[in-house]
Parts: sequence; C-alpha cells; structure tokens
Amino acid sequence: MSKFPNIFLPALGGTAVILGVAFGMASRNHGDDQIASLEARVQQVTAQAAQKTQEVAMLSEKMAIAEATVAEAIAAGPADLTAPAPAVAGRYGLGRAAHAEEIAAWDVDVLPDGRGLPEGSGDVMTGDEVFYDKCASCHGDFAEGAGNWPVLAGGFDTLADEDPVKTVGSYWPHLSTAWDYISRSMPFGEAGTLTADETYAIVAYILYSNDLVDDDFVLSRENFADFDMYNMNGFVVDDRPEAEYAAWRTEPCMKNCKPEVEVTMRSVFLVETPPEGGSNSVMNPATIEGLPSFSADGPAFIPEAAAKPVVVAAAATPAPEEEVDLAAAGEKVFRKCKACHAVGDGADHKSGPHLNGLMGRTMGGEEGFKYSKVFAAAAADGRVWDAQSLSDFLEKPKAYMKGTKMAFSGLKKEADRAALVEYLKQFDQ
Amino acid sequence: MDAKSVITSPSPQMPIPHGPGPLVISGLAWSGHGQITRVDVSKDGGITWETARLGKQGDTKALTRFYLDTQWDGAPMLLQARAMDDTGYVQPTKDQLREERGENAVYHNNCIQTWYVNAEGIAENVEVS
Repeated sequence: MSKFPNIFLPALGGTAVILGVAFGMASRNHGDDQIASLEARVQQVTAQAAQKTQEVAMLSEKMAIAEATVAEAIAAGPADLTAPAPAVAGRYGLGRAAHAEEIAAWDVDVLPDGRGLPEGSGDVMTGDEVFYDKCASCHGDFAEGAGNWPVLAGGFDTLADEDPVKTVGSYWPHLSTAWDYISRSMPFGEAGTLTADETYAIVAYILYSNDLVDDDFVLSRENFADFDMYNMNGFVVDDRPEAEYAAWRTEPCMKNCKPEVEVTMRSVFLVETPPEGGSNSVMNPATIEGLPSFSADGPAFIPEAAAKPVVVAAAATPAPEEEVDLAAAGEKVFRKCKACHAVGDGADHKSGPHLNGLMGRTMGGEEGFKYSKVFAAAAADGRVWDAQSLSDFLEKPKAYMKGTKMAFSGLKKEADRAALVEYLKQFDQ
Repeated sequence: MDAKSVITSPSPQMPIPHGPGPLVISGLAWSGHGQITRVDVSKDGGITWETARLGKQGDTKALTRFYLDTQWDGAPMLLQARAMDDTGYVQPTKDQLREERGENAVYHNNCIQTWYVNAEGIAENVEVS
C-alpha cells in the first residue's frame, strides 16, 4: 500500500523537469508570442501538478493514519505472546511475587484449633433444614448416606474391624476438617455457595446425627475448638523411617525367590479405552479359575484363548437393526448418568429422579423428588419431555434449565444425545 | 512417596499387538527420596528378576524410564517391576506392606503391582501369592 505515493511523486517531478527544459530551448529560437503561449501552458501544467501533489499529500495522510492503525492493532494483538517475559527474580524467570491481598484471598483453610474460622454460628435445628435442602439427596436425611454416597454418621467401634465404617463421627480426628471441607467443596457441583452460618449449622447437625451433641446445641467460632472428637487420639505420626526404611534397604533377591506364584485376585473393574476417546469402567466377569500358576519354568499351562464374541449376522432389513444399535449405544452413554439416575424395573429416585417413562412425562413432575425451582416452574407450566426437548436439555443442561441442580455439563455430540434418547424410550412408567 | 514403579507397556491400555518375538517391557519409576538407581523386572510374578536398563540416570525425585529388552514366547506372564533409589530402598511387595500397615492403609501405597498378560498379549491387574 505505502509503495503507491513513492512511485507517483517522482513521476510528477520528472514531468516538471522535462517541461522546464522545453521552455529554455523555445526562448532562444522563437518569438515572444510563442514564449507567452508556452508560459501559459507551463502555468497550466504547474497548476495541474500542484493539484496532483495536493491529492497525493492527502492520500499520504490517509495512508499514514491507516498504517498507524494497523501498527496499533499488531502491537495489541498476538504479537504480545512472543514478547519476552518481564524480568523477575528466580532461575526460570516465571511468575511474580504474590500480593498480600492475593495471599489473604487464598488463605482460606481452617486449622484444628479453630484458627481461620469466620465469625458466625449455627444450631442443630437450622442445620437439619439446610442439610435436608442441600445435602440429603446424596448423604441421606440422617447423614446415613444414599446409594453409594458417603455415610457421615455412626460407625463407632468399627475402626478395628476388617471393614471399618469411617465417618465424620467415628473416624475424623478434627472437627475443623468437616467445616473446611464443607465450606470449600460442598454441595457437590455448587461449591462455595454456603454461607458461614449455614456451614456452622450443617456441621452442628452432623455432630447431632452422630449423637455427639443434643438438639439444642449451637456451634460457633467461640466454642469450636472446645469440641473433642471421638477419634482425636487415633492417629499416629508417620513411623516409616523406623518401621520400614531400615528393613527394606537390603539387596533384593534375583533368582528362585519363591517356589510358586498363583493369582489370588483379579480386577473387579476393567477400564475400556475406546479409540474415540474417554474411558469406561466395566465389571470384570472373569474369575481366577483356569489361570495358570507360575514356577521358575514359567506358567504351568497356557489357557485356551477366550472365545471371541460371535458377530450376529446382519438382518435382512437394516432399519430395525440400526434402532437396536442406537439404543445399545445409548446404554453406553447412560453410564455417564447412572451415578445419579436409575432406570428400569423398580428404579427409584437417587440424587436425580428415576427416568422410567420419561418421554411424555411432565418436566419436574415426579412424586417424591425434590426438584430445583426451574423444574418446579416447568411442571407448573405443564411442560412435557419429548425427544427434542430432552436432546436440547442434554446438550447444555445449565443453559436449557437455568438453575438446575443437575451438575452434569452436557453431551456435546449429537450422536450421543440421539442414542441416549433412543435408549430411554425403551423404559415405560 | 517412597520408591515406586509401574510397567506402562504392556499394560491394560497397551496390549502386545504383534504376537511372540522380541519385546521391550517399559515403564516408569520414581522416588520421593532421591534418584532411581535400578529397576528389576520379573515375568513370572517375582520368582526370577532381571535388571532393566534406565533410559537416563534419574534426576532426583524425577520420573525415570526403564526398559527390559526380552523375547516373548507367547506364554502368559505375570509382569512386575521393582524400583530402587539411591538411599538403597527397595520397593516392597504387597505382602510386606500389609504386614507393616494392615489391610486398611490407603495412602502412600507404593507396593509392587502385577499385570497378568495372557497369550493374546492382553494385560490385566491382578494380585498374586
């Protein structure tokens, strides 16, 4: 772009010089009339040249503005990414010292003696209500744990058992851990939404559900450190240096280290990693039956290869097979849902409602499930699930149902949504 | 973490695709107490051990790659790796760890793990005697 005026200007200058030479030659050989005529012509051309020069000046000005704008855009744009890091202390030249305000904002932990707790308090009865609202869908109304979610109460005197029940009451040595964890991480998917008073109330209720306090107990910053936990002395300081390191710093055995080796247990779960990405955990149906024992000579025998799954011959009409395949694919997709939703015979509400008869069912309308407000409103409006609305919801749950408690982020692939819808269609009320 | 190692190939996500023949068993070892100085590999569940070569002398506390160049006859294997660090510490067996810490220890589990690799080259995590 900027080349244009540079070429144009010398061209005009050249024209003026040639005209000047012509004028000099003419004045020597011809009369005054011719001179006057030529002078007039020169003036005319000079005026034209001046006009062109002015036009060029204007164009140049516009060019300069445009170039400055471009330079500004480049300076503000991706060129910044390659700029050298600002010089700071330290060997890698990365980062900077944290401001005191930043450290204060990050310094949110609560220590066993109560340091770090905010002002506030909460009583057992308030805690009961908050717990029912925000915790019970996973932890049970009485902190007994719903489904496979953690039980928070009971388990006293089981700590020495083969399968101890480790709860806040029976196992945790410090109450501060409960306050800190709930404050920072709960409710699942909505961390950081509890007020200090709500957190005090929930912790008070958990103590009550463990029979550690009476129903008129009020937990506050002031009495927090006075509370002695059941298992406060049950933990020992790491003794690996004495108990393990000395004994295990020896030259290891290399040959005939044992006479025979047998497999005593197989994986309970197998993790499938399909080529399209992600991973699925599936139950391992295999037992240790039929596996060889090993000696220094190798395995006692070589087991026969497991039978390959028989591929079913293609059906005469492809359409029904496609449907079956889609529903089967949907069953796989449903693994992402089944931690919170049950479907099929006898399915009940978990932390999400059961999904039997979902197609044609009123949104937010199932008895016995505590829906978020947005679903209660949908039920009041008489909205009904169909393939389209379900697919739209599943694509971006929190966008489609703003305020839903469902923590799932959504199914990005249309094929996954279509498969899941097909799968869920199979289950009647 | 005390010295620990894991065989990454073969493993459940990295089966042996090529059948019997030359095989490089590879994995990673690391220690919270210093450099990895040696890794031994067993193909028979800990009866016989061979010392693997290290990809590079480990930096302190850094992941260190190890390789055992071997021949696979196509028979099932019980693969184990055992790391040592420059304090002389030897990665313990599961039995050693249980004897010391009981059956309900959860954290700092650095014991030797076992892959059962079947004749098709597919690996699965197992416990052995």
